[in-house]
Amino acid sequence: MASDKVKLLGAWQSPYAMRARIALQMKSVEYEYEEEDLLAAKSDLLLKSNPIYKKVPVLIHAHRPVSESLVILQYIDEVWAPGPAILPADPYDRAIARFWAAYIDDKWFLHLRTSVLSEGQEAKSAAEESAEGLVLLEEAFTMCSKGQKFFGGERIGYLDIVLGSFLGWIRVTEQRANSSLIDESKTPKLFEWAQHFCADVAVKDVMHQTDKLFEFAKLLAAKHKSSRET
Amino acid sequence: MAKSASVQVLGSWASPFSNRVQLALKLKSVEYELVEEAFYVSKSDRLVKANPVYQKIPVLIHDEKPVCESLVIVEYIDEAWTGKGPSILPSDPYDRAIARFWAGYIDEKWFPTMKQLETASGDEEKFAVVGKVLEGFALLEEAFAKCSKGKAFFGGDEVGYLDIALGCFLGWAERFLSHDVAKDILPDALKILEFFGKVQAARAAAATTAAE
Repeated sequence: MASDKVKLLGAWQSPYAMRARIALQMKSVEYEYEEEDLLAAKSDLLLKSNPIYKKVPVLIHAHRPVSESLVILQYIDEVWAPGPAILPADPYDRAIARFWAAYIDDKWFLHLRTSVLSEGQEAKSAAEESAEGLVLLEEAFTMCSKGQKFFGGERIGYLDIVLGSFLGWIRVTEQRANSSLIDESKTPKLFEWAQHFCADVAVKDVMHQTDKLFEFAKLLAAKHKSSRET
Repeated sequence: MAKSASVQVLGSWASPFSNRVQLALKLKSVEYELVEEAFYVSKSDRLVKANPVYQKIPVLIHDEKPVCESLVIVEYIDEAWTGKGPSILPSDPYDRAIARFWAGYIDEKWFPTMKQLETASGDEEKFAVVGKVLEGFALLEEAFAKCSKGKAFFGGDEVGYLDIALGCFLGWAERFLSHDVAKDILPDALKILEFFGKVQAARAAAATTAAE
């Protein structure tokens, strides 16, 4: 089963698609990557393989689609079990990792998203809330890393991937808001962690180039503004 | 006198999310102390301490370590008491992915839509919400057909993760069915009744089996 064909539908801008790519890389899984153009109409393959949400990433393994990045991460971890573990081994550590992943995606991301899409005071407040969330995540890092380099310990794991995939967008937000979210004084551990994460062999080839993303963010913000005005 | 339990649940009989945790513990035959939190009145110090991020029930406290978020707790229970009682999640990775996907859908899409019914005002808005709820039911019905593979539960022969994730809302479903707007759209309400009749029968069967 692990040797069946693997295809990933993704988009270069998507942190969620990046998560799947990092995980597949960690497990040394060969896969076919297909880029979905987020600015064009949704492809037939996307609509067919993820009819509920119609979003990337979708992992298609042995012709069966798996959607939702956190579900995909756990699936990859379980199918290619012999590779380096993505989730921690201990049930309590796993629960903590899942808890913070849900926090990042369900709560924290909303602030980041608002800060990218809006402008003026609204963007500023959202950036501040993102920064506050990162202070919480700094605490989570202390708890999870147990003195080591990553949330996952010695090597990158689930929570590293979940938060780390947002680093490109965090940098874009920092540039747009002209303030730091991962601050060397307020979140020193995350500051260092971010550097280690981006340098990781499974990450460096798929991490966002900030300038490219910055241009895309401008586009998104403009679209958002005009849709609010109509 | 409260026995000192190594497993405590900060929860409430009234909360479907708390019920998920209780269902999971019951499946695993784990003894626990339910600490009833009057969550609709105020947040206790105990709750704030155990769940500082969300300050919500349910919280599972196992050997003094708190676990929050109902679906995270259910997976934790499955893993911490692995080998005791039935497995909650399916064993096959693809089936697990499907179960997790639908549980996510229930929490992020389906349940919020159900809740919208309470605040929807005017016939047009209500009608639109009911339409979304029914679409959701249709999707879950499809999911059930795929996951159950002809058996009684999403989990197959046994109650599993997705049964717990959805089944906890039966109380809500009953309220929905008796809501004016559902009554007005009778044929569709009957369809929901049918669907939940199935789930309810399965739930009753599960309760009987768990009690044995």
